[in-house]
This record gives sequence, structure tokens and C-alpha cells, in this order.
Amino acid sequence: MSAEEKIVFSYPTGLTTKNTHYCPGCLHGVAHRLVAETIDELGIREKTVGMAPVGCSVLAYEYFGCDMVQASHGRAPAVATGVKRARPDLYVFSYQGDGDLASIGLAEIIHAANRGEKITVIFYNNAIYGMTGGQMAPTTLVGMKTTTTPTGRDPGERGAGNPIRMAELLATLFTPVYITRQSLLTPQDILKAKRAIKRAFQLQNTGFTFVELVGTCPTGWGMTPSESNDWAGEKMVPVFPIGVFRDTEKGI
Amino acid sequence: MEKLLMKGSEAIAEAAVRAGCKLFFGYPITPQNEIPEYMSKRLFQVGGAFVQAESEVAASNMIYGSAAVGERVMTSSSSPGMALKQEAISYCAGAELPVVIVNIMRGGPGLGGIQPSQSDYWQATKPGHGDFHSLVLAPASIQEAVDLVMDAFDLADQYRNPVLILADGLIGQMMEPVTFRQPTERVFDKSWAVTGCVDRKPNIVNSLFLQPQDLEDHNHKLFRKYAQMEREEVRVEEYLMDDAELAIAAYGTTARIARTAVDAARTEGIKVGLIRPITLFPFPKAAFERYVGQVKVLLDVEMSMGQMIEDVRLAVHDRIPVRFYGRVGGMVPSPGEILDQIRTLAQEVSQ
Ligand SMILES: Cc1ncc(C[n+]2csc(CCOP(=O)(O)OP(=O)(O)O)c2C)c(N)n1
Ligand code: SF4
Repeated sequence: MSAEEKIVFSYPTGLTTKNTHYCPGCLHGVAHRLVAETIDELGIREKTVGMAPVGCSVLAYEYFGCDMVQASHGRAPAVATGVKRARPDLYVFSYQGDGDLASIGLAEIIHAANRGEKITVIFYNNAIYGMTGGQMAPTTLVGMKTTTTPTGRDPGERGAGNPIRMAELLATLFTPVYITRQSLLTPQDILKAKRAIKRAFQLQNTGFTFVELVGTCPTGWGMTPSESNDWAGEKMVPVFPIGVFRDTEKGI
Repeated sequence: MEKLLMKGSEAIAEAAVRAGCKLFFGYPITPQNEIPEYMSKRLFQVGGAFVQAESEVAASNMIYGSAAVGERVMTSSSSPGMALKQEAISYCAGAELPVVIVNIMRGGPGLGGIQPSQSDYWQATKPGHGDFHSLVLAPASIQEAVDLVMDAFDLADQYRNPVLILADGLIGQMMEPVTFRQPTERVFDKSWAVTGCVDRKPNIVNSLFLQPQDLEDHNHKLFRKYAQMEREEVRVEEYLMDDAELAIAAYGTTARIARTAVDAARTEGIKVGLIRPITLFPFPKAAFERYVGQVKVLLDVEMSMGQMIEDVRLAVHDRIPVRFYGRVGGMVPSPGEILDQIRTLAQEVSQ
């Protein structure tokens, strides 16, 4: 390297250098990077254990550069409970999609939050089941077409329900210390999301911390990456508003 | 050694603590509630932790997490709850995690009843989804339950595999004097555990193998462990089998009742013995096969509609006729009932 060359961008050590399998334009990769940068900045890679879910991010155990556990569908908060209770000195996070966290794993997330497990949950909300081919998720918007709501999600006659807002739902509990929803749709959003993830990890040992991230699924939505980002901003964010729903230290 | 009068469930819990169990996750269900209740006091005295989980699904995934960091961990339940634990047991087997699970069986199917039963033999020995086995230990007394629980932790660590204690409600609820031996203090390699990647590459606890060849290799690896269990871990008790012409096959409490019936039959001059599998997987096939040519009829007795009988039949391959006597629904066979069965068979054989 000559004297003038300067490295301005590199992999955080919290990520491995393995190529991810995510579709072009998918924001799972962005969310991974933010978690990894946080791990690096806090210098906790060797004290961190992550839970990979079942969903598109199932292979997260190959992408994060720390010890990882693959959890069964929806159970990551329970597995994380087992890890943290056994080793309170470790930083423990789970990374989960909306089918994983808000459908099959609804009981596990609510009770982990209610017990105040000292873990950080990163919740990637893309309003669809990406992995299994684009079926309805609990977060699917009303009217949104998926492979199991071919005429659009219909809470009326077809009884398909309305989107579940996890951050708001968890904020009804007394115990959690930090609950926020951020998005990954613009560079500014990403910087804000990064600060939220970092705050969650910093507060982790005081209680349950939760960061919902409004993301996309260009493949499942049948859109280009930029269309996806625009659509999420226009349609998802009004239903899933960005904000901090709990920050006990700040009196929220 | 100090003798203590203890209820089965509490003795099982205490044995686990003495074997080094540091964490317990459970969900209430009769007839095993004394195990979580005991653990909720006891584990905090030894620097461990107890969590009453939101469900058996969660509890069993919590043990998956604690086992992943290399700690000794246990959960317990009863039949309907065991159905919900099957997911995590399969994941533990796939990810090669050492866990100990106690099933204090009650009657079924469905919600069934709360009285003693042996109706989960199939579920225990032919469990979950995917190709795997739990190592299954079936105690017939509270002392044996205590000893087997302590062994279970070593076996789980040695094989990195789920070990199941399969007991019926009688073992859970009865009181008997017990002594606790010292744990073996065997040391097991846990370099695979996710303890934070200090001075090493990250560890991954995982049961996903997307490449078919990798998954086939993994299945073969698991089955090499099960083959080793079949060679080295089979446990069985044979009682008065030397000259037996009739033999009873029974496990757990049923075997204990059958033993009384065998003693009574012997006083009547009937040459009957008892083969009691202690490990249900690996099943003591050889202990049955050995009596081909000597034993004329086998009588399988269970508190079920006949589940273990399939393994008994496989072991003797029709070379000994196998009959069945069972009570279900929480009905416990009396020694007299079994004695009647023995008398009938003795008559049949002598004709
Ligand atoms: C018990 C169980 N049920 C169903 C599945 C199939 N499955 C795999 S991923 C998935 C949905 C994942 O969707 P989501 O959590 O939204 O994540 P995404 O793929 O969108 O990132 C389902 C239903 C499974 N693996 N296990
Ligand atoms: S299917 Fe959707 S969520 Fe999954 S990787 Fe592709 S774009 Fe991302």
C-alpha cells in the first residue's frame, strides 16, 4: 500500500467475508451490516452470541463473525433466553423476520420481552414470507397481494386479519427497556437505524431491547429494488410508523 | 451414605442438581409439577437459573440454548407436553446438543387423563421428525430414577445427544428412600459450545445442511453414535431367567408389579422369569434373542395398548410367540391380574 492509499471502507469483523445469498436490493444485508458495525464499535465480537432464525436470514450464522446458534422457526427468543440465562456475561441477540417473530414465534417474543430477558432482538419486517415464496405474513398490508392472498389481504370477508404492529404491541408490556421501529430505506434512515441498534446493544444488560426495521423484499413483492424502497416508504411506513416506543432511561 | 425419603419427582430434580444441572426450563403439567417447583427453589441455591416458560415449545427451545453454551440443563413434562417438545428434541439431536428430558407419562391420546400410563413408548423411542434417536432410560424405582438421571447427564455429554428419562406417574408421585451417589466428575470436551469466540474461530450450533450430500453424511454420523449406543449402552435386568419357560417383558413400574407376580407364580412351581429393559433405546434385543429355544412364550405387559411389544417381537423375530396384557387410561395392572395371565400361559405351554 502506497502512502497515499487509504482504506475508506471494509468489512466489519462482525461480518464474515462470505458472499450472502440475499437477492439484489434486499435490505437483509444492510441490517446485518449495521449489527456487525455495532458489534465492532462496542468491541464485543468475542462476547457475543447471535441467534439465526428460520426465514431468508437462516444463514445469518454464516454471515455474522461471532458465535452463532441456529434456532427453530420463531423460537429464537426462547433459545436466546437459554443462552443468556446460562451465560449472563455474554451479549445475546436474535435476528428474525416477520413470519418468524410475529406469527409462529409470537408467544416466544412476547414472553421473552415480558420476562425482561437481557437480549437484543433485531426484527426485519418486510411484510411477507420471503423464504417460502412470498406468502402472507402477519405484517402484510391490507390489500397487498401475496401468493396466499392472490386478491389482496382482506381482513373482511376472507378473514385474513390486519397487519400486526409488533413494536406497539410489545410497548404495552411493562418490562422492556427499549423498543423502537426504524427503517432502512434511505441513507439517513440507515444511519438512524444504526444508532438505534447501537443503543439497543448498549442497553442490553439493563433489560429487553427491540429494534424493528422496516425492510423490503423485492423478489416477493415483484418490484425492482428502488421501487421496493419507494413502495415501503409510501405504503409500509404509514402503517408501521418510525419512532421510539420505549426508552425507560429517557423516560419514554 | 445418607438415606432420604423422597417423592419421585423431587428425587429426580435433586439428582439432576447433584449431577451438575444448572438450568431448568419447564411448563406446569400434572403429574410432574413437583419437578419445576423443586427446581424453582433449588437451582438458585447452586448459582443456576430457573424459568417457568410460556409453553413446552419454549421450554424445550430454552434448553437448546443453554446446552449450546455447554451448560448442563434439563426440562420435564408429561405426555401432552412432550408432544410440544418434539420439535426442539429433534433440533437438539440434529445440532448434537446434550440435553436431559424427563417425561412422567400419563394416559392419552389427546388430553387423556392424569393417572399413570406408559402410552408414550412410541413417542420416546421413535421420536420427532427426521432420522434420530434419543437415548431412553426407564426407571422402575425412585432409587433407579435417581441413578439414571445422574447417568443421563454423562450420557448426554458423551454422545452429545438428547437423553430421555421415561417414567410413569407412579414413579413421579410415589415416595421411597433414596441415596445420592457422588457425581462421576467426568470431563467432556465442550470446545464446540458458543461461549464467545475468544482466541478461536466462531462456533456455530446448527442442524441445517442444505447440500444433500452433507446432510446424508451428517445422518450417517449420527447413526454411528446410535450404533455405538447399541454396542455399549444397553441396560437390562433379567430376573429368574435361568430356567424360565415363560418370560414377562415389562419396563418401569409395570415390571415391578410383574416381578411380584413372577415370585407368586414361582411358589406355584411355574418356571417364569422377567426381562426388564432399562434402556428402551438402545433396546436390549440380545437379552430376548438369547432365550429363543428356551422360553416357550413371552408375555409383554404394559400400561398401554401394546407399544414396546413391537420391539420385543422384532427382537425374537417370531421365534418365540409374544402375547400381550395391558391396562390403559390410568388403570394399573395388579400382581393378581398378571399372575392369572401367567397361569393361563403355563397351562397352555404344558399341554
Ligand atoms: C415449523 C416450521 N414451519 C414452517 C417452516 C417454513 N418456513 C421457512 S421460512 C418461513 C417464513 C419466513 O418468513 P419471515 O420470517 O417473514 O422471513 P423472510 O424469509 O421474509 O426474511 C416459513 C413459513 C419451517 N421451516 N418450520
Ligand atoms: S426473497 Fe425477499 S427477503 Fe428473501 S432474500 Fe430475496 S428479497 Fe430478501
